Amino acid sequence: MNCKKEAVVLMHKYMDGELHKEEERRLRDHLNTCQSCQNHFHELKRATTLVKNTSPVSAPKNFTANVMNNLPKEKKRKSYVRYLQRHPLITAAAVFFILMFSGIFSAWNQDQQVTVSKQENLEIRENVVIVPEGVTVSGDLTVRNGDLRIDGKIDGDVTIINGDIIDGEPQGEISDEFDNSTLRAYSGELTEVNQIYEWVWYHTKQFFTELFAFGSDE
Amino acid sequence: MESMIKQKIKEVKKGDQSAFEDIVTFYQNKVYHICLRMIGNAYEAEDLAQEAFIRAYTNIHTFDERRKFSTWLYRIATNLTIDRIRKKKPDYHLDAEVKGTDGLDMYSQMAADQALPEEEVESLELQTYIHKEILALPPKYRSVIVLRYLDELSLQEIAEVLEIPVGTVKTRVHRGREALRKRLRHV
Repeated sequence: MNCKKEAVVLMHKYMDGELHKEEERRLRDHLNTCQSCQNHFHELKRATTLVKNTSPVSAPKNFTANVMNNLPKEKKRKSYVRYLQRHPLITAAAVFFILMFSGIFSAWNQDQQVTVSKQENLEIRENVVIVPEGVTVSGDLTVRNGDLRIDGKIDGDVTIINGDIIDGEPQGEISDEFDNSTLRAYSGELTEVNQIYEWVWYHTKQFFTELFAFGSDE
Repeated sequence: MESMIKQKIKEVKKGDQSAFEDIVTFYQNKVYHICLRMIGNAYEAEDLAQEAFIRAYTNIHTFDERRKFSTWLYRIATNLTIDRIRKKKPDYHLDAEVKGTDGLDMYSQMAADQALPEEEVESLELQTYIHKEILALPPKYRSVIVLRYLDELSLQEIAEVLEIPVGTVKTRVHRGREALRKRLRHV
């Protein structure tokens, strides 16, 4: 066996725990006959033992505390980003709502003109929509950017966007009569939307009402 | 233990900074040890170990949870230390000298307080000597020897920590061992 090449290689393989039975036997046989290799092997083992047996060191006191104090503070923005990365559904929902609300906002600012959902038999005078006396509007009525005066009757829900309801008759005379809710001039519900958040809320409500109505149709 | 660490890592990933404290407590000695034996200076080792933990924290989202956390952490620590060794190469020997006197200072202080038994003094001196010999190894052999014999990692683990093939690790361990054999022959 060649001492320098083969035997030393086998020694290192032995120390890595990768020696086969056959190789181990050959190495043992060689060590029994070769004094210089025996010395070499002994020195190797001794060196690694010395290195291994050095006492373990422990980290300085307050090491953990120092590390914790030096950690970067969680950045708000970064944590949002991470949050969104981990919740794609929420991201999708957020994008959806942003688009939806921006659509509603632009619709709010779009036109300041008085619009009414039903034009028949209604009078429009200086931003006031009047239901004349003796006229009965059947179905729901939506007034936008204007006040509503009801002299006649509305058979359905009333929605006033960016406006008020004005009582048709002088308040004092008929207040007793009109106090009773059964005698009011409209049969359905009255909804007034004056502020932008109400407008948003109104749209959201409508969206979900439609959504569920659509769902129940099927 | 491994599952506890995994749980903590999950919490850190969720943004719970305090969960990282347990990870630091658990690994501080090992990481500090690697840094110290490779750099040879206590202050620098502390600095490097601290930096390693901070890097681990800021890059925690890049850690693949199916892998071993210790391997990943040791890689950060060894890379930082190797970088530092490369940067300060010119005055390296000067530093080793300081380290030696450091050990001596500590020892003389202790001796003044209470007389140590002769044997213990000898073993302290021997340890200092061995550490000096490890530090005298070229960095690429030093890192594998430290990981192999002081941290008792397997060859495969060392390959993962240093991101080099197992074959290269073996060659370096062999050469490192031979170098140590020559240096420690007369001890």
